[in-house]
Amino acid sequence: MAQVEAPLIEPAVVERALGRALGRGGEFAEIFVEDRRSTGVSLDNRKVEEVSSGRDRGAGIRVVVGDTTGFAHTADLSESGLLAAAEAAAAVARSGGPGVREIALEGRSVPSPSSVEIYPETITKTAKVELLLRADEAARASGAAIVQVSAGYGDSRRRIMVANSDGLLSFDDQVRTRLSVMCVASGDTGMQTGYETAAFTIGFELFDKVSVEETAQIAAHRALSKLAARPAPSGVVPVVIKSGTGGILFHEACGHGLEADHIVKDASAYRGLLGELVASPLVTLVDDGTVSDEWGSTAIDDEGKPTQRNVLIENGILTDYMWDFLRARKQGRVSSGNGRRQSYQHLPMVRMTNTYLLAGQDDPEEIVAQTDRGVYVAHLGGGQVNTATGDFVFGMTEAYLIEDGKITEPLRDANLIGNGPDVLRKIDAVGNDFGMCPGTCGKDGQSVPVGCGQPTLRVTGVTVGGTADA
Amino acid sequence: MPELLELAERIAGAARPGEQVEAYVSRERETDVRVYRGEIETLSTAESAGVGVRVVIKGRQGFAYVGDLDEARAREALEEARDNASFATPDEHVGLAVPDGHAVTTLDLWDDALSEVSTAEKVELAMALERLVREGDGRIREVVSTDYGDGQGEVAIASSAGISSTTRQTSCYLSADAVAGEGDDTQTGVGYSVGRGFSDIDLAVAAHDAIDRATRLLGAKKPNSARLNVVFDRRVTATLLSVLARTLSGEDVAKGRSLFAGRLGEEVGNTALVLVDDPTNALAYGAAAVDAEGLACRRNVLIENGRLVSYLYDTYSGRLAGTSSTASAVRGGFKSTPGVGARALSLQPGDLDQAAILEFIGEGLFVQEISGVHSGVNGVSGDFSVGAEGVMIRDGRLAEPVREITIASTIQRMLQHVLAIGNDVEWLPSAAAGLTLAIGDVAMSGE
Repeated sequence: MAQVEAPLIEPAVVERALGRALGRGGEFAEIFVEDRRSTGVSLDNRKVEEVSSGRDRGAGIRVVVGDTTGFAHTADLSESGLLAAAEAAAAVARSGGPGVREIALEGRSVPSPSSVEIYPETITKTAKVELLLRADEAARASGAAIVQVSAGYGDSRRRIMVANSDGLLSFDDQVRTRLSVMCVASGDTGMQTGYETAAFTIGFELFDKVSVEETAQIAAHRALSKLAARPAPSGVVPVVIKSGTGGILFHEACGHGLEADHIVKDASAYRGLLGELVASPLVTLVDDGTVSDEWGSTAIDDEGKPTQRNVLIENGILTDYMWDFLRARKQGRVSSGNGRRQSYQHLPMVRMTNTYLLAGQDDPEEIVAQTDRGVYVAHLGGGQVNTATGDFVFGMTEAYLIEDGKITEPLRDANLIGNGPDVLRKIDAVGNDFGMCPGTCGKDGQSVPVGCGQPTLRVTGVTVGGTADA
Repeated sequence: MPELLELAERIAGAARPGEQVEAYVSRERETDVRVYRGEIETLSTAESAGVGVRVVIKGRQGFAYVGDLDEARAREALEEARDNASFATPDEHVGLAVPDGHAVTTLDLWDDALSEVSTAEKVELAMALERLVREGDGRIREVVSTDYGDGQGEVAIASSAGISSTTRQTSCYLSADAVAGEGDDTQTGVGYSVGRGFSDIDLAVAAHDAIDRATRLLGAKKPNSARLNVVFDRRVTATLLSVLARTLSGEDVAKGRSLFAGRLGEEVGNTALVLVDDPTNALAYGAAAVDAEGLACRRNVLIENGRLVSYLYDTYSGRLAGTSSTASAVRGGFKSTPGVGARALSLQPGDLDQAAILEFIGEGLFVQEISGVHSGVNGVSGDFSVGAEGVMIRDGRLAEPVREITIASTIQRMLQHVLAIGNDVEWLPSAAAGLTLAIGDVAMSGE
């Protein structure tokens, strides 16, 4: 099934372009080549609104001199196009360098953590459309109050090649497939929305593993359950977060603050705390780009470094930050495989891959039963953090009251707000279950796919931003 | 520029009988400089371009794009779009924009001098801002990054339905991301200055803005929860208007995905509210002579004296609603099809300045920053809950700073509870203008 395609650029051409990039005295040069094809289908109100296809192809070249990086990109992959981009990137280096340098590349192959069985480009558009019609049917069948369903299908295949003046030559072929369903339910008290998505770094076999109907039903249920919802409380309450989307909490509350670019510039609440207790001893946090099939997994990062499993917090103690090539080089260490970029038009920076909290010992049902009064968060939407202060927000999109140790009434959407280091210390129960969810992480104008995960857990106090008395 | 329109017209000209074809061709040149501690951290120069092709055949739309200006690949995209169209569900309202006789306003959004500015001057400006911020206040501990960026964007749209238009604009910005500290307390602030050209950039404004925003919340505490009146700072109001505009999209309304569906002609807010989207105002950052389907942009009144008088429409949603486009098509570039959006929203200003509004409110919360807008505002249910930072208002004056709070209400209630509208209009780099705005009866969650 695998589609074998020609190398994006001949290694000999890459060697010459790298040589030119260093021609003005640069210390390090890199070429990132990308060829990305994507397909999208959107269904809205029972109509297939749009089928779209895209092709992005180009190269980004960077040259490093001291602490300075020059960057240029081009959609022209001919030798002359690459040489022109190399010259433009090299312009940051002071003139009078050693002239064109000889570079010898050594190719290496890194196995992908994800196994693609059915390349999406081998599947007809009709079959992709069919999935969405099924999702629509299933969502509407979930309840008469479902008045609106929209569903989206997307796949992409991103082939990349990274070469640098240290002789590295590395490749990856990244396939992603996703389905998302959004429902609107209408009742006496107004309208409510529910959203669910299934997304993996695998091919069309996704739909052998994940039920289209179930995905749609979850979205529908989420909207329906909120029709009878009452306003969320306003104030500090204990919060139990169900396994899965709660991983966003760790992504925002501490993940971003552990990215080395924030650390080296003194813009993180976690700076200078290596070896110290920064979280409840129940917390072991990992960032791992090698988790099979997960949304943030790749064989190599966008600097050619094989991805790896990095333990960031172990039993509450901060063990390491995440690193890309440049930040690691400055510290005299190696990258942790966290150098990522949105496309060839962007410079890489430190990014998360799949970030998750390891499971603990507690029975998830017991955690709820032992919570006298609080909020049970079953699904979280997006979030945002200020890494320097550690303050973060994230949105509850399915939540319930906990009263006398039982999950009772549904709550309307609201944001939670907290301070990362503070919330990490307030985790007092960690479940023995586990769930992951896909997401898109935005940083400094660039979006990359990431995974998040956690077991069911409890935070003794978080500020819930509702309108009802707590 | 002529070559972009010529390429668009050649692609559109390839339409077969019974078929509509639109080509959206764009090209951008950008320079971005980031400096840190007196050195260039990154310097990027880039040109990117591409072609997005829409094909409509018998009420079915297909789309494809290619990320360069190669004509052969653009023709492949046309073929792909044609194929994609065959999978869509026929919809009688689907179709390309047809010229509607509205005159195109002449707007000068291009600064010729920008291309004469040397890279060295751009670097020097960014370094000057970093120095000013670092040296401007003893509490500034770090300037994480100082950025200068400029861009020249050109778009040509041509279609077999008679559209042939071009637009171009330049933009320029300078910003600094500062960290301030006092004792154990840390706060951050981003300050900026923007314009069409290099000479529009005001170094002192950007520096003062960054220092003020980073330092003003030092010592902030988390207050107790309360129900109170709030005053939104100008930038916050602009963000709120952008959110409100999403709920006035004719497409979301027609599809039952907006809290304003079915409410045309009704009173939706305080009678003092007048909300206008006018992209022909050259002061607006989002100003444009033509929309993303090539129709002449025009002034649209959305809310008049508290009454909802119009939604925003592109061609498709206009037809769906039985009316016509308000020339409110926007798109994220050549990679996407048009959608509905505002470009230059503003509230009709009132007569009070910020100080007078604070005095009028007496007791409450002055909101300087909000966060989590994407996850915290639901345009369907109207539920509103966002993170906030600011300063308490006591006795009509700014008192102690507060942080780590949320403010919550619903969009519906907030529009009804407008207490005062400022006279301090400021056009910001967003789809909306800012002004001071006071809203009553909001839940603040803290301790």
